[in-house]
Amino acid sequence: MTLPTAGPRLVRRGLVICALALLGLAGVYVLAIGYTPVEARQGLAQKIFYLHVPAAWCALLAFSLVGLSSALYLWLHDARLDRFAAASAEVGVAFSAVMLTTGPIWAKPIWGTWWTWDARLTLTLFLFFLFIGYLALRAALVDPAERARFSAVVGILGMLLVPFIHLSVYLFRTLHPQPVVLKPSAPSLPPEMLQTLLASVAVFTLLYIGLVTARYGIALAEEAREAADAA
Amino acid sequence: MLEALRLALAVAGKDIRAELRSRTALLSATVFAALVLVVFNFARDPTALAAVDLAPSVLWVTFALAAMVALNRAFTIERENAALDGLLLAPVPREAIFLGKLLANLAFVGTVEAITLPLFVLFFNVNLGAALPGILGVTALATIGFVAVGTIFSAMAVRTRFAELMLPVLLLPFMVPPLIGAVQATARLLSDRPLSEVMGWLRLLALYDVVFVTLCMLVFPAVVDE
Repeated sequence: MTLPTAGPRLVRRGLVICALALLGLAGVYVLAIGYTPVEARQGLAQKIFYLHVPAAWCALLAFSLVGLSSALYLWLHDARLDRFAAASAEVGVAFSAVMLTTGPIWAKPIWGTWWTWDARLTLTLFLFFLFIGYLALRAALVDPAERARFSAVVGILGMLLVPFIHLSVYLFRTLHPQPVVLKPSAPSLPPEMLQTLLASVAVFTLLYIGLVTARYGIALAEEAREAADAA
Repeated sequence: MLEALRLALAVAGKDIRAELRSRTALLSATVFAALVLVVFNFARDPTALAAVDLAPSVLWVTFALAAMVALNRAFTIERENAALDGLLLAPVPREAIFLGKLLANLAFVGTVEAITLPLFVLFFNVNLGAALPGILGVTALATIGFVAVGTIFSAMAVRTRFAELMLPVLLLPFMVPPLIGAVQATARLLSDRPLSEVMGWLRLLALYDVVFVTLCMLVFPAVVDE
């Protein structure tokens, strides 16, 4: 039995971490604009890289942890794992949305198109859909134990679906002629760019931790409230 | 092992018997598939796009939609009069129940596909010819995989508030790999390419079947056991 104050305390702790991460994000902006050189071929459009890549990293991290904690939940039946998976999925959707909006903004001037069915793009789009489906299922179930079991099943199946989507999209592309709009090969990064990117990844990971902590606290508080109402 | 298979066949037989007595679901699903084919025919510009170019996609989108309709009813019938509780109380391993439901769904979806395929040939003026055995093989491989995942999701979706909506939202991402493989293989077979050219796709479909049938069987107890 958790204390009724445990939830709000975690929420406060999570929000403090988020505030620190947002401060760090302001620093990343300064670094990206003032410190890093302007990329020779892409110009200023390349700056979005410092947001897009860390967001994608966090989305993938969130998704992997949902899959992992789902598998562990079916084994251990620990409610904490379910709460964590739910929090991580919700935060993952937010990061996926950042990734899926910053990507096209960059792609339009550089590739000349908002969207292509490139293997990586398709995969991340389906990750986003899987997250949404996972959360929709959670929202449509009332019984907490049932919700935990069902969403764990979706989490595990989703984790195994990812390699299949990647494989089928990859085969789909290699059997076909390559598109005219070519992706420039990634140049090796100058140290200023690499440092800024790593700083941004660290900041985004911190933001992920803060948001998941706060969301976990909200789930705890909700459960405490429901228990109090039932009593 | 043999005993589990016998029990699975008994579960499947129960579902098939129940369906054959009313035939409403089978009939509606088939009519639905035929209607999708007809709608598709009018959803293209006949002067810009030849029917045969669109044929593989039309066939597979129709199969996918028909399977979705069919899977929606798989556990709805178990919900009425709490039939599932009776099934779970019977001394039958959960894996056998899953396998039975899977076999019944495959029979159901397979029947709809078997009726849709000739209609597709008729409506889209496709010459199957020598491609028929290959296309039947591709259809079987692709169908097994997504019906297995659909069987699990159908069991979960009936417990939710928006069952008819929840199943497609969950299942469609899982249909992507089989559909890509099936459409690619069908397109090649229809243009008389040799079977060796689609082996890569067939392997992918077979791998998907093995992985997801096994996995679904393993997680099925978590779906039905309180």
